[in-house]
Amino acid sequence: MSATVSATLAEKILARACGREAVRAGEILTAKLDLLMMHDSGGPRRVASRLEKLGTTVWDPNKVVVVSDHFVPAVDMESADILALTRKWAQAQGVTHYDMLGICHVVLQEHGHVQPGMFCVGGDSHSPSGGAFGAFMVGMGATDITGALVTGEVWLRVPQTTRVQLDGMLAAGVSAKDVMLMLCGQYGMGNEGQVFEYGGSAVQAMPMHERLTLCNMAAELGAETGIVEPDATTLAALEQAGKPFHGDLAQWRSDANANYLHHYRYDAAQIAPHVAAPHSPANSRPVDEHGKVHIDQAYIGACTGAKLTDLRMAAEVLKGRKVAKGTRLLIAPASVAMTAQAAAEGTLATLTAAGAILLPSGCGACAGMGAGMLSSGEVCMSTTARNFKGRMGSAEAQVYLGSPYSVAAAAVKGEICDPRELLGESA
Amino acid sequence: MNVRGKAFVFGDRIDTDVLAPGPYMREPMSVLASHCLEAVDPAFASEVQRGDIVVGGESFGIGSSREQAVQALAELGVGAIIAKSFARIFYRNALNLGVPALVCADLEASRGEELEVRPVEGRIINHSTGREFSCEKIPTELMEIVAGGGLMPWLERKLAAERRT
Repeated sequence: MSATVSATLAEKILARACGREAVRAGEILTAKLDLLMMHDSGGPRRVASRLEKLGTTVWDPNKVVVVSDHFVPAVDMESADILALTRKWAQAQGVTHYDMLGICHVVLQEHGHVQPGMFCVGGDSHSPSGGAFGAFMVGMGATDITGALVTGEVWLRVPQTTRVQLDGMLAAGVSAKDVMLMLCGQYGMGNEGQVFEYGGSAVQAMPMHERLTLCNMAAELGAETGIVEPDATTLAALEQAGKPFHGDLAQWRSDANANYLHHYRYDAAQIAPHVAAPHSPANSRPVDEHGKVHIDQAYIGACTGAKLTDLRMAAEVLKGRKVAKGTRLLIAPASVAMTAQAAAEGTLATLTAAGAILLPSGCGACAGMGAGMLSSGEVCMSTTARNFKGRMGSAEAQVYLGSPYSVAAAAVKGEICDPRELLGESA
Repeated sequence: MNVRGKAFVFGDRIDTDVLAPGPYMREPMSVLASHCLEAVDPAFASEVQRGDIVVGGESFGIGSSREQAVQALAELGVGAIIAKSFARIFYRNALNLGVPALVCADLEASRGEELEVRPVEGRIINHSTGREFSCEKIPTELMEIVAGGGLMPWLERKLAAERRT
């Protein structure tokens, strides 16, 4: 063995997956997959006929997971047919299939599929979510997924790593979503070729759901992916999922003298709630800089915004309060298991007592595919990851993005406001 | 694989929801394509002709992994896409579907001008203004995929070669 070159966590994973001692930024290499995830929209309905045309099957059914989360539950015949095709294909191929149990990124982690040090791909742009567990996971389109399914490999251009260091602790009423909206506002959506590695005491203190949000929205930064160094919190989550990690955790950390492209440092306590104005996550500013904006629809949904911890944040604000007249609050918990947990612990009752309308677990209105679409001229505030023009319905609708605290507070006041005002006072 | 056609010019961060709007994702490709870019240019889908060239700014194709964002452009006949930079998944999808995606930082082109793209030479010619621009060449490893028509033909060749051995 030659002397070890210092490397970031992402570089260590890629070197292992590419069968190399080390990797260099910019190199085009072929990496072997540990896991491939796809959903009902970009999955079987788009790859089945291609595999048939190639006269071949998946390289390793044990490493493929299919999740039906986009067209769920079926709202028309097209959706019903897509879901039926997905079911049939998964069964025929002998791959794991989570059918209408929640959003793919969340379900994958609930079942412990993503482990530290893995190299994974997903047929969805928010696949960087897997980085929460210290894995390198990237999103791809359906043709790419077809190639990966056939060969068990993908080509990639080795990215550089950027470190986001959050020292201290986030203030009450401020969450991972605020951190990501702040970063989108500061660095924009054009951070191609970079892995965002999040660390520091504020990240170490975050539960896995919050880490998922950090990594998930690396997609909005335009980054290759996001990643958090795995620790005791990661191990506990895997243990709880029934898939304890048997590897060497010390192996999956960035070296102290690793080479970062950028090193962004923050005092976490100084970060304010952030809200992104239409039509880009990069149009984000501190919440108090948005002026008076009336909200027609408050939406708490998506992988990035309706996990159990997100629902608890909303409940903290909504406890003993009512949704404002002239505003509707729609909540689509990120998974069926989380809905059950929220129900058992009373969080769900707090939300419904406030007047929230419950929607099925799935991608839904976030992807412009389910209940909760917007009409021309309507204004929505949402915990989702993107507010591109026309994404949630009419191209003439306005979508603001905020944390579960901020969206719940907007539902109560009927307009955008600083959620800390409501957390500070009792209802 | 040179492409010559009229330029359709767009700004920065043209996203996948504008290219392939979610509400039409269940529809056949011909219907989805007819709504391609309508949120920013309602005339685009009806005016674009086979071989025409889409010119974008920074982070072209940012957003979803939906391949339909590329397929809608291909369905309408778009022969090449030039941008200051591409979102990573969109770039992969374009090459995988055999649509040349070229990075050019300083291209000057207006809507309707006649462009010619020469991917192998890394050259773009604006025949309307007579000016030439250089663009980044597609890396050799990836040129093999795009020049052969995309990843599917590449996989067919790879599997056929494996079966022979």
